[in-house]
Amino acid sequence: MMKSKLFWPIIVLVSILCINLFFDPSFFSIEVRGGHFTGSLVDIANRVTPLLLISIGMTLVIATKGIDLSVGSIVAMSGAMAAFVVGRPGISDDSLAPLFLAIALSIGLALLVGLWNGALVSRVGVQPIVATLILMIAGRGIAQLITNGQITTIYYEPYAFIGAGYLFMVPFSIYIAAAVFILAVLLTRKTAIGLFIESVGANPEASRLAGLNSKNIILMVYVFSGLCAGIGGLILSSNVAAADGNNAGLYYELDAILAVVIGGTTLMGGRFFLMGTVIGALIIQSLTTTIYSIGIPPEVNLVVKAVVVLIVCLLQSPEFRKKFTRVLTFKKMTKKEGVAQP
Amino acid sequence: METKQPVVEMKGITKTFPGVKALSNVDLRLYAGEVHALMGENGAGKSTLVKVLTGVYPYDEGITELEGREFKVDTPLEAQEMGISTVYQEVNLCSNLSVVENIFIGREIMKGGKIDWKEMNQRAVEVLARLHLNIDVSKQLSSFSVAIQQMVAIARALNVSAKVLILDEPTSSLDANEVKQLFAIMEKLRDEGLALIFISHFLDQVYEISDRITVLRNGECIGEYMTADLPRLELVSKMIGKELNNFESIAQKNEEKEDDGDVLLEAEKVFKKGSIQAFNLKIRRGEIVGLAGLLGSGRTELARLLFGADKADSGKITFKGRKVALSSPQKAISNGIAFSSENRKKEGIIADLTIRENMMLAIQARKGWFNYISKKKQNVIVKTYIDLLNINPPNPEQLIKNLSGGNQQKVLLARWLITNPELLILDEPTRGIDIGAKGEIQKLMLKLSEEGMSIVFISAELEEILRTCQKIVVMRDHEKVAEIQNDTNVTQQSIMKKMAGGM
Repeated sequence: MMKSKLFWPIIVLVSILCINLFFDPSFFSIEVRGGHFTGSLVDIANRVTPLLLISIGMTLVIATKGIDLSVGSIVAMSGAMAAFVVGRPGISDDSLAPLFLAIALSIGLALLVGLWNGALVSRVGVQPIVATLILMIAGRGIAQLITNGQITTIYYEPYAFIGAGYLFMVPFSIYIAAAVFILAVLLTRKTAIGLFIESVGANPEASRLAGLNSKNIILMVYVFSGLCAGIGGLILSSNVAAADGNNAGLYYELDAILAVVIGGTTLMGGRFFLMGTVIGALIIQSLTTTIYSIGIPPEVNLVVKAVVVLIVCLLQSPEFRKKFTRVLTFKKMTKKEGVAQP
Repeated sequence: METKQPVVEMKGITKTFPGVKALSNVDLRLYAGEVHALMGENGAGKSTLVKVLTGVYPYDEGITELEGREFKVDTPLEAQEMGISTVYQEVNLCSNLSVVENIFIGREIMKGGKIDWKEMNQRAVEVLARLHLNIDVSKQLSSFSVAIQQMVAIARALNVSAKVLILDEPTSSLDANEVKQLFAIMEKLRDEGLALIFISHFLDQVYEISDRITVLRNGECIGEYMTADLPRLELVSKMIGKELNNFESIAQKNEEKEDDGDVLLEAEKVFKKGSIQAFNLKIRRGEIVGLAGLLGSGRTELARLLFGADKADSGKITFKGRKVALSSPQKAISNGIAFSSENRKKEGIIADLTIRENMMLAIQARKGWFNYISKKKQNVIVKTYIDLLNINPPNPEQLIKNLSGGNQQKVLLARWLITNPELLILDEPTRGIDIGAKGEIQKLMLKLSEEGMSIVFISAELEEILRTCQKIVVMRDHEKVAEIQNDTNVTQQSIMKKMAGGM
């Protein structure tokens, strides 16, 4: 079991949660309040959804040896697009048409942006980091363009359901994330797409000679990543009932890359682990929650985060574990010897 | 002549890389005013020897002497200062800088803390004039032809005190005229008293320009010869390690297959610049066609064109009576052509995937994204081929990188056999694998051809080709030079003669 890629991330996740229990004995308790479940765990699961979605898309991109830096900006663009539709004053809460229009336009924009990234990488041959850097920067400009440079507040009630509503007592966003996760798993494991992604990522030339059209595979993962980020943007803007072109989804690309790496998918491409990514995203979110709940001063919370991430990464490295255990056993041995010859 | 003292003498050089002995006890003597050709197949140790001489690699044992005195260099820069300069295979210059900048980069002439452009321009013109080159030195390097860029590289390598100039495959990207230009300059430098090392795969060129030849094979020094005294055939046999007098004629023959099978593939005047001269080729159904030739003779290039791994510049390929455009592997595969590359690691296996995934890749690629072969079906297919090819370990979920070379090769064979191709191209399928696996693969080829599959078989081992092929195509210097029907009159010797050419 220790050989599983999931073993160490799960250990870390559980320890983070246990640390919380130490500071707050009621941390694991889930209550029914106001007709739905509440509690820290529900809170983490709810808040993690935008990051989780983005990380799922990022996993597939990284598996092709690529990277998508534009996801944070896509979150902002998607939110701005939705706010553009439902954020105008005087929209009646009774009609659901604006809701579906907002979703359609946001998702459409996200897909288009993903297509642009994918085309740049797979057809023009721009390096992924450069190709997606373009929209990482320009995307926020586009978002501001859509919202006229203002933070648009959304008063349209049905829209709030996406990110703040409940279905069967559970936050609705969790259903969305779960659905996308299942979709991704089915697409990659029940069709040949997963094999193709791993093959192209691990050895592009051998894949080409085996008859794979790697261009379409690469195009597809960037479109999927765009889609995931677009949905993430909907959830986020709905949750805060506002679209902020500057700050919505800021640094999400970095958190997402981190979640993917923690989950065991390497930046070298090849094998990917969607379940690992889920755990990676949960680690990042519970860490953030923990930092706030146990009262670490906000000035140093990034440092704490960095230390934990470092530990996770070290734990995952077999070389490090080997050295670490060697040091431990060496110490034990010297101690024993010390006792043996007083 | 032998009484002359060599400029550089290397004695008993041994160099070990982790796990491989790259050079063992190699001697090399370079004389002033001579072009010395370093010959050997890929991996024979030519480049390693040059890198040891120029201080890129340290060596484990041996002595290097410069003009009779022992010396040791640790970096290429030191070697250059001592008068040993190298021009590498790929032009190692910055094409976006000017000619002057390229010549003087890293050792600019300074005056009062600033670069003295006037002096540098002047010197650049002088050094190029020495090479009979009169060009505008302030122009960007990329505006000149590859040949001129090569000359600039030589100019850069030549400083005043140069005693030895090493040219590693300088002609590989030049056309015939440019080669002539380069040779004129090499002759001039030789007459000026430089010792030149010339490394090339082109036998014709070696015989045209060199005075002395040292042959390496598998990291060992086979011998040093005067070019005039070494017939081509003998050179080739020394390079590939088969003594002429040791040839036994192969008794065991393929039973004569009549020449009446229908033509499966016909290539007419297929040509790719810098890769292969225009060639014609007919492959019949159920025929095994062997491609013989030295490494770098164009065998692989020919095969890659038939598979669409590289795109031909011109020519026509007819497959099953229809003209086809084999512009990508994908198209070739959908036509029923399969190709197993000689470079198993880089172009064959996907190291991080399992045996099963590696086997299913080509057939799944042909079926597309959504037409997924269920795990159950996959396991049945994979099991069949593991048994058929005797793959070890027989565990479909084992990562392919953990397998031995021979077993990896079998998995790749299975990958293609699953697609049920009509033409199977195997580039060095038996290289680096043990005797047992070799025999199994040869047997399999014969069986497949009996069942009607056509096979193109590339191998450095002539004996293998003679044993399995009905038709043998001989390549030399990127050109198809002969096509032989294999019968009892054909011997390794006669093929080698054709590989060597010029007789």
